Amino acid sequence: MKKSIAAFTLTVISIACLLSIALFGIRAWKIPGVFDEDGIRLGLDLAGGSAIVYEADINRTPSSAEINTAVAMIRGRLDMLNYTEATVTSGGTNQIIVEIPGISDPEEAVRMLGANAVLEFRDSDGNLVLEGSDIANAVPDYGDIGGGYNEWFISLRLNPAAVAKWADATREAARRPEGENYIAIFMDDSELMRPRVQQEINSDTCTITGGYDRASAEYWAGLISAGQLPFALKDVQLTATGPALGEKSIQTSLFAGLIGVILIMLFMIVYYRIPGLIASISLVAYIGIVGIVLVLTQVNLSLPGIAGIILSMGMAVDANVIIFERIKEELRSGKSVRLSIKGGFRRALTAILDSNITTLMVAAVLWYFGTGPIVGFAVVWFIGVIVSMFTAITITRWLLHQLVGMNIKNAKLYGI
Amino acid sequence: MNRTDNIDKINNLNAGYKQFHFDFVSKRLIFLAVAGVIFLTGIISFFTRGFNWDIDFVGGTIMEYNMGRDLSVSDVEDIESLAVEILGANAVSSVVRSGNPAQQVVIKTQDIDTDKRNEIFEALAEKYNITEDDIYRTNNVNPTVGETLTRSTILSVVIASVLMLIYISVRFDFKSGLATVICLLFDLFVMLTVYSLLQISMNVAVIAAFLTILGYSINATIIIFDRVRENMKLKRGANIKFAEIINMSLSQTIARSFNTTLTTFFVLIVLFIIGVPSIRTFVLPLIVGIMSGLFSSLCLAGQLWNFLKGAGEEKSKNKAK
Repeated sequence: MKKSIAAFTLTVISIACLLSIALFGIRAWKIPGVFDEDGIRLGLDLAGGSAIVYEADINRTPSSAEINTAVAMIRGRLDMLNYTEATVTSGGTNQIIVEIPGISDPEEAVRMLGANAVLEFRDSDGNLVLEGSDIANAVPDYGDIGGGYNEWFISLRLNPAAVAKWADATREAARRPEGENYIAIFMDDSELMRPRVQQEINSDTCTITGGYDRASAEYWAGLISAGQLPFALKDVQLTATGPALGEKSIQTSLFAGLIGVILIMLFMIVYYRIPGLIASISLVAYIGIVGIVLVLTQVNLSLPGIAGIILSMGMAVDANVIIFERIKEELRSGKSVRLSIKGGFRRALTAILDSNITTLMVAAVLWYFGTGPIVGFAVVWFIGVIVSMFTAITITRWLLHQLVGMNIKNAKLYGI
Repeated sequence: MNRTDNIDKINNLNAGYKQFHFDFVSKRLIFLAVAGVIFLTGIISFFTRGFNWDIDFVGGTIMEYNMGRDLSVSDVEDIESLAVEILGANAVSSVVRSGNPAQQVVIKTQDIDTDKRNEIFEALAEKYNITEDDIYRTNNVNPTVGETLTRSTILSVVIASVLMLIYISVRFDFKSGLATVICLLFDLFVMLTVYSLLQISMNVAVIAAFLTILGYSINATIIIFDRVRENMKLKRGANIKFAEIINMSLSQTIARSFNTTLTTFFVLIVLFIIGVPSIRTFVLPLIVGIMSGLFSSLCLAGQLWNFLKGAGEEKSKNKAK
């Protein structure tokens, strides 16, 4: 009896702790709470921002190398424009998806990011030496380039027609005094780099060194390659949400969620009494766990995602409802409360398993086929189903058994 | 311990409890008629009203601006003529007020490019003194993207249905799987009917709404069929008709069916009442979907299984002759 009271109290306290961790985080471990700025990663439709989908504007399917180059080009442009939080991904065979949070003028970004890359090599006087069309390719490479050790560098190959031009320019540049003996590389009029020219290069290949690591060599080679992309990028889809709308969406959804939870709890307690109270406690645990999972996994939470969480709370009590109905049936057949709870859980288990596994399968299909905010919905739904199954068959069961241990056995209290 | 169990037994107050029982199977023609009426309504609506395809599916541009003051009908007309001036009358599909109070304007046009979009914003900014912060959203979709969405929506529903058919065939039997999937398609049909009747915009969230109801409807049916499976085991040997087992199982699980629908309904209705417009258009079909899920799992699923089973047995009987 005493043991059960202690166990029950301890569990409830643990759940309260769980909820407070979800809400406020753990300072010492740098785990933020759900409402902290770096807590839940908000999707663009909530935080405000733009998602732009580009397609290669040509009649054939671009090669994957070309798409990678285009991705590198956009990455470089985003960095130049200081959108460091933006993400760039390729999708399908010819799409590039750019997501920029907190951007005020998406139309400007659309134009700048998707335009044809203009690559120019200029000497220290600003004279045009080479153009994008003169470059055959630029690739990252690794090897010994004279220093006696291996390092990353960029290997540049020119078109044969440009070799003479290049030889003249490099001869001229190498002759200049220190500080002016360079040929700078520009993209869209902003300077990428300013490699020093050591000697005349009368060849269709040359290397650019500068203490690169693998990532930076790939990055710069990608940017230089963008100069020969045979296509511009056309924006086929743009979704821009201002921060004002997102703010409003969050507030109303949170409010709706709160009222929804209260309604569910009231219903469960009125209809199922003591088990309903337990289900309500489990629901609190469910909310806490989902919150913590969202913070830790940094899943993008979109507006449909919030609807998904609220919806999943309604469905989360389903497992409890199934179990409690079974318990009632066992009680009606004349069994003791303790045996009824045991039997109720056992007999409800197959139904709960089958229904949750099928739901997980459907959520996975949606995860795979969804795009943008819909993926957020699918992920949250998936997490919600797993967590609700866990809370129903562990926490609810544990707490009910403690109640029996506390001698709360009047069948009336179990909704009969 | 045995002693306390006995005390519990004495405390049992259920001697007079009469179990709920309803003959669902014999009412199957009524249910079928209801389903038929819904089906007909849907078909008629599809052909007469069609669907309100959003730009996500057919391509186009939507711009929403916060104008910072209550908009009158003539304001909206002014904004519309402004847009027509820039784009031409054919390109502007609609200009409407939105929000409560109505301070936002939503301009819907054909798929237009960045320059044109900017022109419209500039014109509005000049006339109504709005800034970049007042851009609530800009959505632009090329028609080719819409085709991809149509394909993935159909494909996801088909794949999910096939997966369900396989899973239930393995865990139960093929006929119950077939019955479940038919019910599930019925629920999706009902949702489509609602989209069409109320002209709810068909946007990217449709795919999520469909699969949510698909999962929900499967749950509802599985809980019932799980009970059928259990009762078949319990009554093995006893000479009980399958229809009777279905009736028994439906009656035993009906409280669950209603209560889960109810708790889900609570949260959805609250979301519908106080949510932002995009949430409301997402939630309304879901509300109808869970209702339909309740109807199809109670009134169609078991009866269908019974029918399919009966048809199969009839066949084997004929063969035996």
